[in-house]
Amino acid sequence: MRKSLIAGLAIAGVAVGAIAYADNHVSDAQKEAAVKARKAHMTLYAFNLGTLGAMAKEEMPYDAAAATAAADAIAALAQLPQSGYWLPGTDNQSMEKTRALPAIWADGSDVGTKAGDLVKAAMEMQTAAAMDLDSLKAAMGPLGASCGGCHKSFRQPDE
Amino acid sequence: MKRIILILFIVGCVVATIGLVITRPQRVSAETLAGFTPDADRGKLVYAAMGCASCHMAPGSDDQTRLPGGKAFLTDFGTFYAPNISSDPEHGIGDWTDEQIATAVLRGTSPDNQHYFPVFPYGSYVRANPSDVVDLIAHLRTLEPDQTPSRAHDVGFPFNIRASLGGWKLLFTDPDWIVTQDLTEQEERGRLLVEAMGHCGECHTPRNIFGGMKTDEWLAGAAIPGKKGRTPDLRAPSLEWSAADIVAYLKTGLTPEYDSAGGEMVDVIANTSQLPDSDLSAIAAYLLLIGAS
Ligand code: HEC
Ligand code: HEC
Ligand code: HEC
Repeated sequence: MRKSLIAGLAIAGVAVGAIAYADNHVSDAQKEAAVKARKAHMTLYAFNLGTLGAMAKEEMPYDAAAATAAADAIAALAQLPQSGYWLPGTDNQSMEKTRALPAIWADGSDVGTKAGDLVKAAMEMQTAAAMDLDSLKAAMGPLGASCGGCHKSFRQPDE
Repeated sequence: MKRIILILFIVGCVVATIGLVITRPQRVSAETLAGFTPDADRGKLVYAAMGCASCHMAPGSDDQTRLPGGKAFLTDFGTFYAPNISSDPEHGIGDWTDEQIATAVLRGTSPDNQHYFPVFPYGSYVRANPSDVVDLIAHLRTLEPDQTPSRAHDVGFPFNIRASLGGWKLLFTDPDWIVTQDLTEQEERGRLLVEAMGHCGECHTPRNIFGGMKTDEWLAGAAIPGKKGRTPDLRAPSLEWSAADIVAYLKTGLTPEYDSAGGEMVDVIANTSQLPDSDLSAIAAYLLLIGAS
């Protein structure tokens, strides 16, 4: 548990590190592909949260195995290397069809910390999802808040 | 923009001159507050429902027990900074009386009878219950003092004339409810939480050029001052969420599609997630009435 948490945080750290170097050789097509890829990554979070959320809202009966599978998927996704699609120059000031704010790439950005917060909350959900419905319900708040913590600073609200 | 400023300037001057008498700052009397026993524990929930910390915490902080101020509000009229409202007697409001604090929150009037700028959402709080505010004040007094000095606003002439706000208040603040139809007890609780305490309309209702809320477009979604993007339309036919969806969102920030809230709504959810389910269901019941004919 502790070991993989540290690994998660390290990945988050690497992601910011990679974000920090500016690369002028990235083509527009690559940038567009990067935006698509990160949105797909986000969509997978939402998809898996859908299973946990439906159980929390009691739209679907609690099932420890299905809940664990969804929580595992979120935790695994959160720890994937992502620097490839958080390329400098792909913020919403520089291109269309993205809501990523330039603040992600600004000096002193704490986007890595936010990524780490998600890893932590996802791991807590892994424990809770396996336990029982009440634990799952209680873990939804912190997990949702860890998504929101990053969206608050780094994603523009819709047009 | 120039034209708007000019119009505002003229209106402001006229209102300031002829208005000084009828637009005198209003106060909450000590009698209004007498008879309520302060309950600091209840006050903690009032504090969450009214969202004081969202604005008065240090910028970037999540610690709702520290209220040094400093957060900047970019508007068409200039940049405002939230002041220190900690219990420090020198830099905060530690030496204010209950009547002075209640007057600031419920009437937008300072201890020395100046009007506050409406970025401080007293235009919504004016509808709140004095009994809740008594509990709120008891809670505020339990919070740590902080010695950070308040920062002066960066607002130019003529908008910096506080007296002209008397005219603004007269035109754009109204202690009456927006939704006036017959309501169930639960819907009434929701109305109090949305229209008064949660000041949801401050962000979700479009404003006219003077910064007043267009109440005929109540909760229809609005531009976000100083930023790109809009707040969403919360009227039931546009939102298309169930009561359970609204409750889950106000608790976890997750939408029915399991996207998560962003922007300033994240701060709002940090508050609503502290409220009991009964209050969140009341908010949902109220929202489901808006725009439904
Ligand atoms: C480290 C920051 C960060 C974290 C943590 C994060 N997101 Fe995001 N998310 C973003 C950014 C930035 C965007 C905007 C991407 C763009 O438009 O290019 C986004 C976009 C999205 C989108 C919209 C995708 C689209 O197709 O436009 C969804 C859905 C989403 N996030 C869900 C989630 C969920 C659910 C979680 C938590 C499990 C989460 N996000 C955690 C930063 C984050
Ligand atoms: C400080 C400004 C602010 C206040 C106050 C505020 N909101 Fe919001 N709200 C927003 C923003 C910005 C969004 C868009 C969030 C995003 O980018 O995901 C939003 C989104 C929402 C949504 C999601 C709608 C959708 O279609 O995704 C709901 C529901 C909502 N708010 C309800 C409320 C309620 C109820 C209150 C009062 C208790 C409230 N809001 C107070 C700014 C605010
Ligand atoms: C949307 C942001 C916002 C919210 C929410 C908010 N305030 Fe404020 N508040 C401000 C701003 C900005 C000012 C400065 C107004 C001015 O100088 O005219 C202010 C001023 C004040 C003052 C006057 C301080 C002084 O030194 O004169 C008090 C007291 C106060 N707020 C208390 C509260 C309490 C209590 C709450 C919750 C019930 C609250 N505020 C909620 C933004 C906010």
